[in-house]
Amino acid sequence: MSCTVRIPSPLRSYTGGAARVPGEGGTVEEVLAGLEQRFAGIRFRMVDEQSRIRRHIRLYVNTAEVTALSHPVKTGDIVHVICALSGG
Amino acid sequence: MAPALWIGTRKGMFTLRPDARRRGWKVSGPQFLGHVIHHVVQDPRDPKVLLIAAKTGHLGPTVYRSGDRGRTWQEATRPPAFPKAGEGEQGRAVERVFWLTPGHSSERGTWYAGTSPAGLFRSEDGGEHWQPVAGFNDHPMRPQWAPGNGTPDGELTHSINVDPRDPKRLYIAISPGGVFESTDGGADWKPLNEGCAADFLPDANAPFGHDPHCVAVHPHFPDRLYQQNHCGIYRLDRPGRRWVRIGRAMPKKVGDIGFPIVLHPTDPLTAWVLPMDGQTVWPRTSIEGKPAVYRTSDGGKSWRRLDRGLPARQAWLTVLRQAMCSDARMPGIGLYFGTTGGEVWAGANGGESWRCIARHLPEIYSVTHAV
Repeated sequence: MSCTVRIPSPLRSYTGGAARVPGEGGTVEEVLAGLEQRFAGIRFRMVDEQSRIRRHIRLYVNTAEVTALSHPVKTGDIVHVICALSGG
Repeated sequence: MAPALWIGTRKGMFTLRPDARRRGWKVSGPQFLGHVIHHVVQDPRDPKVLLIAAKTGHLGPTVYRSGDRGRTWQEATRPPAFPKAGEGEQGRAVERVFWLTPGHSSERGTWYAGTSPAGLFRSEDGGEHWQPVAGFNDHPMRPQWAPGNGTPDGELTHSINVDPRDPKRLYIAISPGGVFESTDGGADWKPLNEGCAADFLPDANAPFGHDPHCVAVHPHFPDRLYQQNHCGIYRLDRPGRRWVRIGRAMPKKVGDIGFPIVLHPTDPLTAWVLPMDGQTVWPRTSIEGKPAVYRTSDGGKSWRRLDRGLPARQAWLTVLRQAMCSDARMPGIGLYFGTTGGEVWAGANGGESWRCIARHLPEIYSVTHAV
């Protein structure tokens, strides 16, 4: 499945500044694994070592919030990575 | 001129360079603006190498490495991380990398990292890849030693000390949890808290659960350890196992509470502390708004107040455990500390006189000197 991944500004140091990158995979887990292969280190910024989405990261497939990395992804979907920044 | 001080702050890293006569200081940076920098450590075995313990804003923990004295940086390929838990188990995840210590001089490229929640990690390739030290992280007693009742920043592993005579003898401190010792390179650990008070525990003789704020092993006399604890200042002479509360010799109205303790680079009888208010609800600011450093030159039998040049009143400084260091390259030993209000102070001649060398920085977490 081919999709588009929208990258928030705090993570663009990993994508060479790109705000949108193509993704591949049938689940969010597979899409993130593909990103990691191309942009080493980016997955660990979104997902911890227990495969839990980090506290200040939100993932959406189109408008549906991702609560498990097994969330399906279809061709043409947009995977949004959002940094829920807060505090001073 | 090369940087003299590395300053880790809640919003990035800065460097300070003196002019030729050390009269003026220049602030450079920030690097890693917006990142939480808990510790910046230069490798005494290979001074081109620096490591940074970082929590990248809201994006979790990592380590950055420089091989050219801080000009360029690369992120660790495998930052400190706990093993993936089995199906149905609740696994731990590193929240922050808090402390870095270079390994033994005979083990080039080896580093240790302390994390929150309490964890110990080791790299053997200069900080590029990190592996859990399973002997501590999976020790059967670890859930009791470090049950997760953390500080406001979580449960912190810090004060990782390697005996300069023996790479297998390691000391670590957990805040709160206590001081722990390994004599086999981290395969097994034992608490080392006898004699330390823990006013917040029901058992006055509890073997662990204490709150060491900073522990330092003397680099040339490694049988002598000093500790600034949540409940006092202590000294331990090995092979003994009982800490002695040398903070009892501090003035009563000052007390012996604080975060950092700094040792003289060569003299094992000399150490410095920066007392903070540990009364009532623990303001952790300079006593009565009058900051002072205290120095012992006799192993803790007596302490001398050093406040010349520091503000005389209405200065409510807080100095965290990594934010004070000594520098043998300055005449008579230089001291530095950084405050949570973003000031850096330099004390000449062992702290005899102080002056502010930088201000308006973000909240300072660590001050370390270049090697």
